[in-house]
Amino acid sequence: MSTYIARRLIYMFITLVGISIISWVIITQAPGSPIALTMDPKVSPKIIAQMEKNYDLDKPIYQQYFLWLERLFTGKLYSFKDGRPVMRKIAERIWNTLLLNVVSILIIFSLAIPLGIFSARKRYTFLDHLGTFGAYVGISIPSFWLAYLLILATVKLFGYPVLGMRTFVEEGFTTVDIVMDHLWHLMLPSIILAIGGIAALSRYTRSSMLEVIRQDYIRTAKAKGLPEETVYYKHALRNALLPVITLFGFIVPGLIGGSIIIETVFAWPGIGRLAYQAVLARDYPVVMTVLTISAVLTLIGNFVADVLYGVADPRIRYG
Amino acid sequence: MVKDDCGLRYPQMMESQLKVFWRYFKRNRLAIFGLIVIAVLFLIAGLAAFLAPYDPGQTNVALKLNRPSPHHYLGTDQLGRDVFSRMLYGSRISLSVGFVAVAISIFIGILVGAVAGYYGGWTDNILMRFVDTMLCFPTFFLILTVVALLGPGIFKIMVVIGITSWMGTSRFVRAEFLSLRERDFTQAAKALGVKDLRIIFRHILPNALAPVFVTATLDVATAILVEAGLSFLGFGVQPPAPSWGNILTEGRTYIFDAWWLTVFPGLAILMTVLSFNLLGEGLRDAIDPRLRGRR
Repeated sequence: MSTYIARRLIYMFITLVGISIISWVIITQAPGSPIALTMDPKVSPKIIAQMEKNYDLDKPIYQQYFLWLERLFTGKLYSFKDGRPVMRKIAERIWNTLLLNVVSILIIFSLAIPLGIFSARKRYTFLDHLGTFGAYVGISIPSFWLAYLLILATVKLFGYPVLGMRTFVEEGFTTVDIVMDHLWHLMLPSIILAIGGIAALSRYTRSSMLEVIRQDYIRTAKAKGLPEETVYYKHALRNALLPVITLFGFIVPGLIGGSIIIETVFAWPGIGRLAYQAVLARDYPVVMTVLTISAVLTLIGNFVADVLYGVADPRIRYG
Repeated sequence: MVKDDCGLRYPQMMESQLKVFWRYFKRNRLAIFGLIVIAVLFLIAGLAAFLAPYDPGQTNVALKLNRPSPHHYLGTDQLGRDVFSRMLYGSRISLSVGFVAVAISIFIGILVGAVAGYYGGWTDNILMRFVDTMLCFPTFFLILTVVALLGPGIFKIMVVIGITSWMGTSRFVRAEFLSLRERDFTQAAKALGVKDLRIIFRHILPNALAPVFVTATLDVATAILVEAGLSFLGFGVQPPAPSWGNILTEGRTYIFDAWWLTVFPGLAILMTVLSFNLLGEGLRDAIDPRLRGRR
């Protein structure tokens, strides 16, 4: 196990270097990169000065890379738009994104697992087929389109605004009103963010359950007369859900990069919207920092998931 | 008639493989549904010029934001253009973005996977670390960033989607190559002195293509969704080109007055992506002997 972790850590370091090189190449070497902008007479000298400060354009190319790396990880990259440190801008927004994602993960797990078990128990019936079809629709639906349809429906039905994190007029609101208002604004974006996850996880739970309930120990449990509920929810589910731990590795990257569209539609002040606004404003330090940080988080997420999986399931051997 | 390097002929075997595949595939009604929808879409895209009642770019302000009617089946947009005609032409854009992007990604994926799996050792190690690195980036945001840097354009979008989505294919191909290179027929070819390139492309690759078709089909679905998402954020195929994503995005301003501008293009995207996903999963079930008979 410790040799495995050591080897994974070495791989992680190599991947980390790879991530930083790819990020840096995209930002500095791609056609249309900000450095090409310094040739553009329309760009103001102020921005060019800022850029030269950010990228050390007067230094040799390998030094540029290391200096960029140092700035990135010590939080000394500054936004083109307002000159504030990028890390601070991200720190301001991260909690909103976290809130949205945690709620949607809760929705995913509380709906998808019962749905998957239900499908597995009623396998090959009409309801199971309906569930399969529904899951395919769930992964195929354009999220922004669904968002607009739901916004349209909600506003027409209830006549109450859904965009942003809260309603602007809060005079005479009690604490309960404010909390309800927050929850209301949280509801639609987190549901839509959860749709794809519900579809994927419920299918995953179903096939995993189908695999497990063919095992001998399930037949034994049934044969000794345990109620079906106990067999499914206790004996089968525990084993069926082990691989779900690896999904942890997929959830972490979603925290930053995954909610760009949803946050933009709902005017939700999170990292995704910050990143999109930065792309629109050609605010490259912000774009690159978000891109690099989410890649690093994904790397860590995958690693943690793999190690946890090994801890949870002793049958897994690391070679 | 297929002939291998030893001069052996094996026509029946190939045919029966296909037959077995078809027997399993046609049982899957959802996959058949997907196949039919995709076939119809190709017809529509090919015959758009004949089927469209109006010129998709023809504006007429007097007719703006008309409801769906016998004259304009799906209504008109804010410039009085016929939505039905624009949707017909839009199928061309969605399908071509999907297919070209996937062709690029499959090409890179096969190349990287084949080299890594066939040669193994350090080559494999380096290439797979590169794959790991690419997989760490949030795909949609990476595509958005690069498209924003390069500037919009349908070919740039295809290329960017292609070069950011080949990693899955390369992993599949590598895994197939790792096992196939140890098989007797590969060893025999090596012993006969067949060159590496010929072994890779003529002997091993045909045996490794089945899972590639599956991922390719599923990737077309993803690529079409990505293009729609880019259009929504203003970085897709640029207006006035009638892509479904564009019709939807231009229509959202009028969402409360003209629901048809939002509903129909979204439905078209959903149906197309759904069909490719259903077809891909159906192919996977029919190709993989372990999945046959139980779904």
